[in-house]
Amino acid sequence: MADSTHNGFVRGTDGQILPVIENFYRFCGERKLMAVRCMSCRALVWPPRAICPKCFHDKFEWQQLEGKGQLLTYTVIHFPPTQFQAIAPYAVGIVKLLEGVQLPGMIRNVKLEGLRIGMALQTDFESGVLKEWPRWPRYFFTPTD
Amino acid sequence: MPTLGKPIASIVSAGISKFGVREGLYTRELFAEAAMEAFNECPNLNPRRDVQALFVGMMSDSYEHQAHVAPLFLDWIGLTPNPAFRTEGACASSSVAMRTALFAIASKAYDVVIVGGVEKMTHVSTTGVTEILAMASDFPFEQWHGISFPGIFGMMAVDHMHRYGTTEEQMAKVAVKNHEHGYLNPKAHFQKLITVNEVLASKPVAWPLKLYDCCPRSDGASCLILTSPDMARKFTDTPVNIIGSGQAQDTLSLFDRENFSSMKVTRLSAEQAYKQAGVSPGDIDVAELHDCFTIAEIIAYEDLGFCQKGKGGHLIEEGATCLGGRIPTNTSGGLKAKGHPVGATGTAQACEIYLQLTNQAGRRQVNGAEIGLTENVGGSASTGVVQIYGRGD
Repeated sequence: MADSTHNGFVRGTDGQILPVIENFYRFCGERKLMAVRCMSCRALVWPPRAICPKCFHDKFEWQQLEGKGQLLTYTVIHFPPTQFQAIAPYAVGIVKLLEGVQLPGMIRNVKLEGLRIGMALQTDFESGVLKEWPRWPRYFFTPTD
Repeated sequence: MPTLGKPIASIVSAGISKFGVREGLYTRELFAEAAMEAFNECPNLNPRRDVQALFVGMMSDSYEHQAHVAPLFLDWIGLTPNPAFRTEGACASSSVAMRTALFAIASKAYDVVIVGGVEKMTHVSTTGVTEILAMASDFPFEQWHGISFPGIFGMMAVDHMHRYGTTEEQMAKVAVKNHEHGYLNPKAHFQKLITVNEVLASKPVAWPLKLYDCCPRSDGASCLILTSPDMARKFTDTPVNIIGSGQAQDTLSLFDRENFSSMKVTRLSAEQAYKQAGVSPGDIDVAELHDCFTIAEIIAYEDLGFCQKGKGGHLIEEGATCLGGRIPTNTSGGLKAKGHPVGATGTAQACEIYLQLTNQAGRRQVNGAEIGLTENVGGSASTGVVQIYGRGD
């Protein structure tokens, strides 16, 4: 049984960090935004998947992303699920990173009326982990300095 | 009249419970209410003798703490020990049930089946419902980042506004129209007219979507009696035939798509259904569309070919989709005014088309309607079903 408790990565039999969702978020805990690259067709894949959507290969290597990109679309959530009530209203969006992959996430440290499609954003990370599953630290986006 | 495709199955009766706040009732009771109406409307049908199987769509076990609902509903409509099948496709659950029933009929496994859907939602708080509905989005990459369903459709709306200049007023007009239609439907959740200004002034939910851009949480059930086409005349002189049926899937989450302003599942399933039915968008006389949020109806106009891409906002402004217009949509009131008990919606859309094509739609009747269409999507349009219907008399 792979050990996914605390900050331990889920590893394969030969010790490699497996290309799974849990490990993507473990990397976030180390302030690293990661994708995987297919070892057959070299496609950059985010989030990590079990099967390459381009060529059906199943071997990947991790690649760190710079975390900079542009806002494709967004919304401001005024009526959130319970867990997010304390921070509403807040912005979420979909960001296209320079490396070409698209990620959804919260946009923080931004004036809500100043949100614009095409605005430059960079990635930051929450610190700490929660007590219960899924114990994932979140990445989020902020306007580029 | 185009030469219509071969009927896949026939609807010989339909039943729909009152939609709305149905305090104190369980899903099984709502389902029985819809089933009894379908049975009563078809005097030639002896349910116990004739109905061979049940197909039912329901999204979530969380509302009532109740799973394993297929045998439960079968029992409550008195049809044990026949086989019962439950499908889940979020807001398209009962359209998927309907397609499963079509396959069963086409394969000649059964000649006569009951297919329906149900959801009981209003006893759960709005926050609770928001959370249960969000389960149909991607947990690690959408829910975890605070993205709700209105949030997903809000992002689609922002993209559509940016690309095509669609306005909040145009979206508001979809809500106003669907309330005008729901006003004429005694089974609808709301019989209340609203104005564009009321929509624009309603509380923000996920900008640019406001409260009156969003369908309500509702309780309700709907069902159809489906038969093989050659059996239909045994039960009614006015069957409605299903002549085209398409389904497609897309990524569960929104972020990985090429385009946030179009629903690929609607485009692809419409293509399949039009081809099978032998009709084109211009042949459709009446359509029930998935207006979970007003922007979704505008996008559906475009993806179904009722207008060019990007012109959905103009179509509603022209009044083309109102009763009396070129292509009336959501004559039932749609999800917005009829209500959206999630699992019930797919077969409820088919019930409305059945009523329209059999001239039983009362004050909201589209005169001379011959060909109808339903478009039902699940989640962020990760599941899509489009079906086309023709008069069988």
